[in-house]
Amino acid sequence: MKIIKTCLTAVISSVLMFSPMAYADKWGDQFPHIKATGDIAGDCSYEEMSKKNYKGKTLKINTHAVPVIGQPTALHAEQFAKLTGAKVDVTHTPAGDLYAKAMVPFKAGQAPYDIVFGFSNFINDWKRYLAPVPKKYMNSTEMKDVTKSHIGVSSWDGTMYQYPVDGDRHYLKYRKDVIDNPEMQKKYKADTGKELRVPRTWKEYGEMAKYFNGWDWDGDGEKEYGSAEVMKKDDLMFAAFFSRSVAYAKNPRTPGGFFFDLDTMKPNINNPGFVEALGDWVEATKYVPPGGINFGLGDEIGSFGGGQTLFSFSWDDAFIAAMQDDSPIKNKVGAAPLPGADRVWNRTSNSWENQYNQAPYIVWGWAVGVAKKSKVKDMAFDYLCFFSNGANHQADLAIGNFGVNPFKNSDFDPNIYINTMGWDADIANSYTKTLLDMEKSKNRVFPLRVPGVFEFTSAVATGTSKALAGQLSPQEALDEVAKEWEAIVQRVGKKAVQDAYAVGVKMEDNKL
Amino acid sequence: MNFKQKYVFLFPGLFVLIGILIFPIIFVVRLSLSGWNSYNGLNFIGLENYIRLFTDDPRFWESFFRLSFLSVTTVILQYVIGFALAHMVWKDIKFQRFFRVLFLIPMMTTPVIMTVIWRTFFHESLGPVNDILSNFGMSPKWLTDPVLAKVTVIIVEVWQWTPFMFLLLLAGLLSLPKEPFLAAAIDGASPVRKFLYVTFPLMAPISIGAIIIRLIEASKIMDTVYVLTSGGPGTSTETSSFYIFIKGLREFQMGYAASMSFTYLIIMIISLTVIVKVLTKLMLKD
Repeated sequence: MKIIKTCLTAVISSVLMFSPMAYADKWGDQFPHIKATGDIAGDCSYEEMSKKNYKGKTLKINTHAVPVIGQPTALHAEQFAKLTGAKVDVTHTPAGDLYAKAMVPFKAGQAPYDIVFGFSNFINDWKRYLAPVPKKYMNSTEMKDVTKSHIGVSSWDGTMYQYPVDGDRHYLKYRKDVIDNPEMQKKYKADTGKELRVPRTWKEYGEMAKYFNGWDWDGDGEKEYGSAEVMKKDDLMFAAFFSRSVAYAKNPRTPGGFFFDLDTMKPNINNPGFVEALGDWVEATKYVPPGGINFGLGDEIGSFGGGQTLFSFSWDDAFIAAMQDDSPIKNKVGAAPLPGADRVWNRTSNSWENQYNQAPYIVWGWAVGVAKKSKVKDMAFDYLCFFSNGANHQADLAIGNFGVNPFKNSDFDPNIYINTMGWDADIANSYTKTLLDMEKSKNRVFPLRVPGVFEFTSAVATGTSKALAGQLSPQEALDEVAKEWEAIVQRVGKKAVQDAYAVGVKMEDNKL
Repeated sequence: MNFKQKYVFLFPGLFVLIGILIFPIIFVVRLSLSGWNSYNGLNFIGLENYIRLFTDDPRFWESFFRLSFLSVTTVILQYVIGFALAHMVWKDIKFQRFFRVLFLIPMMTTPVIMTVIWRTFFHESLGPVNDILSNFGMSPKWLTDPVLAKVTVIIVEVWQWTPFMFLLLLAGLLSLPKEPFLAAAIDGASPVRKFLYVTFPLMAPISIGAIIIRLIEASKIMDTVYVLTSGGPGTSTETSSFYIFIKGLREFQMGYAASMSFTYLIIMIISLTVIVKVLTKLMLKD
């Protein structure tokens, strides 16, 4: 009996020591960031990285300011240095300067940074200066887990230039404790004659937001408001506008371009679909918190995440912030697809189609590439692969202000959020279902990724902000944007824009 | 005697001058004649950028007139308040040293950080200003109303830079000769007449200098606008430098931004020369 017991103990001990779980614990103890999961086996796991020796080599990274993406960059740089012996220099740059900080030396034929962080829509301008992701990493276990749409976002015509570290899309966030509250539903019905439910259309969104604007509906002694949105000029506001436009202007029956007509390169931006969306947005200035038309992304996250508004829509950050342990509204929020519209513009027949339409907006997000002229490309790709390995990625997802959002198929498992982040099961389910449905949709809009993309988005920000400020009507504002877009197309060259735009249209038309 | 070696001593200074002043200007001019942007290199496109600027970019001119309004208004306010404060601590008053230091504090702070703090103050739903004003039934839209946003920019600029005006004017007051004041006192001049007929005329030369220095600085107003309003709502607080920044470093239209910068430089040189002449004529007429 004693012999059997001893043998059994020895077997169990050796299994524990040599199984993946065993080294997971070892790395989890050494690196508290991944304590919840330990190391997760993969080509770029902690275990695999510890076998590399980059002593005497220096990796230079330009990333965003802390905390959003800057903090995980620095944290994983420190971990990478510890594991491989490399020296890693991290420079933090404000979001608005990321493009120029890389582009100026790129244009001058220099590579002061081996790794440059930016946004996924920089790809067209940056791709000439970035090294394609080598096959070795394309075939890694980590990469095989990345969703098809995020492989597409990081690639240009089949070649991946940006290493996927983040996945972004815009979706609706709402106060579940209000929308699902039977008493509130009764009150809303009595006052408006309408159902209180997760809004299916932007018109419903507006009606509910207006109703719940300017009074204390959660009994905390403070006034609450209808909606928190990114409306500050030049602060990602163009992305918010496109989120509101897709329902009216992305018609699955008119392939060939959401932003432009691909054949003629005539801008669609001032067609009645976009104008309707801008009209709604101007109306929204009446149900945002005081000062809401000057809200940047940080304000939006703080406002919705702090329990100030009923609705919000943009990136994941506001939702994750609302679901963090220190949030006053943890487990009181829900996720849902962006609202749709009861009619959609048909740009071929030049008429409205009176049928329900909804379109997900796979908005651009954080992206990162390795400079073609870098002398330590292998080390740079190893770092990026390590950045997004299973353990780091799961730990990063749980921290709202890290700015790392789901982009792997395994991220859509609700148990991750229930077990490691303490989310209620129905919230985790609605969150993962919302994201997964966007992946499956056949009516998606991808970000504009053409040469000189900033000129186009800046024109949208200027035009729409004039409408929000009451300087121009929605039609006048978008006519101005369309005129500016036509001038930019002429300046850049119609063919160059058209060729680049065709790649995005292929994705939207489900041909890639 | 021919001291040819003098050129050797001139060379370092000349080299620095060429490196930091002449070369950048020449480069900006060259850049302005190119279509350098994210998709083109330093090519040559002649006067295309200038033609676009003068014929097809009303936003630049709107931002220029807005800048003129903001800089003239802020400098006038800074001059009036700065003069009043300098005049106050010029005289023997209690805690004179304390006030002299106190009035200088805003200038010693970092403009960007202070603007972030002002933005927090003026935040319409979370800021303390509206929190207090709401007790009186008011909640002004400091940053989201096109007119009030300009007022907010003016308030922040005046707060930040009045101490500079104060410092120059106080130095001027302290250097004034005592005799004219003694003569005015013997003649029985009232404090107002003393100020109007003695202090103000004597301070005219330094006032012109202070106003011109501040006008030059105010015409570059950028950080306050960037942090407070990003030029919004709409384009209501967009100034020339902010617009050039957007075109150059946000949209990466380097060639076009260079043409705007060079045009702006020429306009500023001409207008400041005119302003100096006018001020000299008005203030030094006697």
